[in-house]
Amino acid sequence: MIAEAGQFALILAFVIALVQGTIPLAGAAKNNSRLMALAGTSAAVQFLCVLASFGCLMHAFIVSDFSVSNVAQNSHTLKPMLYKISGVWGNHEGSMLLWVTILALFGMAVAAFGNNLPDSLRARVLAIQGLIGAAFIAFILFTSNPFLRLDPAPLQGNGLNPILQDPGLAFHPPFLYLGYVGFSMAFSFAVAALIEGRVDPAWARWVRPWTLAAWCALTAGIALGSWWAYYELGWGGWWFWDPVENASFIPWLVGTALLHSAIVVEKRDALKSWTILLAILAFSMSLLGTFLVRSGVLTSVHAFATDPERGVFILALFLAVTGGALTLYAIRAPSLKGGGLFAPISREGALVLNNLLLTTGAAVVLLGTLYPLILDAVGGGKVSVGAPFFNATFVPLMVPALLACTVGAMLSWKRADLAGVLGRLKAAALAALFVVLLIVWRKGTGDVLAALALGVAAWLIVGSAVEIAERIALFRGPLTQSLSRAAGLPRAAWGMAVAHGALGILVIGITASSAWRVEMIQLMKPGETVSAGGYTLTFSGAVPIKGPNYEGIQGQFTVTRDGNEVTVLRPEKRRYPAEGDSTTEAGILTTIGGDLYAVLGDPSENEAWSTRIYFNPLVAWIWAGALFMALGGMISLTDRRLRVGAPKRASKHAVASAE
Amino acid sequence: MTRKQRRMSFILVGLALLATAAALVLSALSDSIVYFYSPTDLVEKKPKLDQRLRIGGLVKEGSRSYAPDGVTIRFVVTDTANDVTVSYKGVLPDLFREGQGVATEGRFGPGGVFVADEVLAKHDENYMPPEVAESLRKSGVWKGKEGQ
Repeated sequence: MIAEAGQFALILAFVIALVQGTIPLAGAAKNNSRLMALAGTSAAVQFLCVLASFGCLMHAFIVSDFSVSNVAQNSHTLKPMLYKISGVWGNHEGSMLLWVTILALFGMAVAAFGNNLPDSLRARVLAIQGLIGAAFIAFILFTSNPFLRLDPAPLQGNGLNPILQDPGLAFHPPFLYLGYVGFSMAFSFAVAALIEGRVDPAWARWVRPWTLAAWCALTAGIALGSWWAYYELGWGGWWFWDPVENASFIPWLVGTALLHSAIVVEKRDALKSWTILLAILAFSMSLLGTFLVRSGVLTSVHAFATDPERGVFILALFLAVTGGALTLYAIRAPSLKGGGLFAPISREGALVLNNLLLTTGAAVVLLGTLYPLILDAVGGGKVSVGAPFFNATFVPLMVPALLACTVGAMLSWKRADLAGVLGRLKAAALAALFVVLLIVWRKGTGDVLAALALGVAAWLIVGSAVEIAERIALFRGPLTQSLSRAAGLPRAAWGMAVAHGALGILVIGITASSAWRVEMIQLMKPGETVSAGGYTLTFSGAVPIKGPNYEGIQGQFTVTRDGNEVTVLRPEKRRYPAEGDSTTEAGILTTIGGDLYAVLGDPSENEAWSTRIYFNPLVAWIWAGALFMALGGMISLTDRRLRVGAPKRASKHAVASAE
Repeated sequence: MTRKQRRMSFILVGLALLATAAALVLSALSDSIVYFYSPTDLVEKKPKLDQRLRIGGLVKEGSRSYAPDGVTIRFVVTDTANDVTVSYKGVLPDLFREGQGVATEGRFGPGGVFVADEVLAKHDENYMPPEVAESLRKSGVWKGKEGQ
């Protein structure tokens, strides 16, 4: 009964989304305010319907209603509650329903907070959101209905793939979808602006917070996914350049470019049509990513329950949305009047460079990801494109972006004094040089690339600190004055410094964990020891264990450092009888200096086990860096200038220092 | 600087970047892409054995064993017509099973053994690496859903 209610709510949502997608558009064209007002109401009702539908599916999972086919295939009574709930989106149908729920949530947010938007713009934005929503709800209803019944209902479900029975599943997909779907806001605003034929700073002030929020969620989602892939064996580590990983990274790159170009629209009223194009592309890449993940056309270590038929539907949707928006862009963009002039050496110029590098980087990643498909289509054979390709193409494009990032942040608008800025960055340059020399001295010239990368990281971190110090005139007056200036500094300035500095932390983590990773594979008998990263691990054998819905074997490694016991690592091999699968769980000791990572292999003769021990230096800095970047975005989001719906009001002091 | 000149300078910078990217991509594509071979392809097409390859098929029943060092695993990849012996030092993915699909990446070592540094097994019942599925379908071993 409840499942039918869920399906009914979804059908209702579909009809309402159709209304939301059409009538307000007509209303805006005829300047009929009553028709336009329908947009907000229908967005709210559509959200409630989709939410109700999602709630019904969740209910079916929680009570293990196996008469619902989706629950029977993906759940089991013995599964812990956390995985019953996260199992809702651990399958294709449920994850698409989550997608639509988040989409409707964003639509409702515009309806709720958008009272100060011009009526016609608000109506059009909501209408575009409604059309996207209708298309995806149709996709669910016609190809992936999560509420299909089974008759007779089985007594027990098939269970969830044990690899997905992980807290990672509870958090990674929702964050990722908040990001993917969040870019639909920028898209809807872009298309609405094209229909209106008008883009102004007020428009950018609206688009930027939504883009920023989506970007923060996507950054956190990718970081969580990367961490999950790192501790889960067989997923290729924290980043594998796998098609599914790239599918989330391409929208991130385009979204990052959008974030920066929207600043130019807002502050200088320039780069309008480019920003519109980026807004369209960011969401298009999200759709393309959804297609790549859901269709299984590319070989991936993260492919789950793929279905080419559904892929075709999403591909058609992608082509319609992207094609339609780009056609509209081609017709309308030339009429968008350009704004303020600027010299190539200026903040605007630096942001343009940032955009060019990021989008070129995104194009390269896209090409590498799709290349196997392209080559296969023209009969060129089956290939795979892996890390060597991306390291040789993407990394060289990002190095100038990272170097320019620190400089660009300090350039003034319109026309800037490059020599002066470089002079003020002397401290950052010296720090970078010092780091490079230190690493070469300690590690030798064999690691010169790693040393240079760490130099870039120092440049970013110290450069961000210098930027803030300059703004608050640190050491150039009384400290109290600097502190009061720091308090008055716009949050956006703090956010930028934190995010750029975090990029440096990320670079440190990537470099150190790739360059100086230690790996040891051996047979170990109880009592034997190995050393890695300054730690000594003593194997004390393996014991049987029993969990709520699995049984297995747990290896025990006592970890000591300088003779003192630090911890006991307990890697496991589990077997899930309900699902008939086994998993291998690593035992990990995470510290700031690096991770000790132990894996239990197979038993051999004389109680010996094959074991794998890794030491990954500074690897946690990767996710710390990514999370600090998201934090920087959130700090920026609290800037009063971006506060949605807040009147533009700031003290004279804040205005002065913001310029 | 006029608007036109400014626009031209940005277009030139953009084109220079694209050219750089294209050069990077072309050089990387010739060096670092990896071709897929089924065991039968290896016999018929005879690729240069010093290059990096991806080999896939079914794991032959009963073929999995440990080398004398106790940590190097050996197994046979087959498409029923031809076989290749693969060695892999490490821990196999959890869903690696005899009789099921697998894709491995590496190079041929001495003695005609394929030394893999990467082993991809399918992750759930509905998934098979597409190139493995197609090569198995061609040889008539596996009749999965069309196009999967």
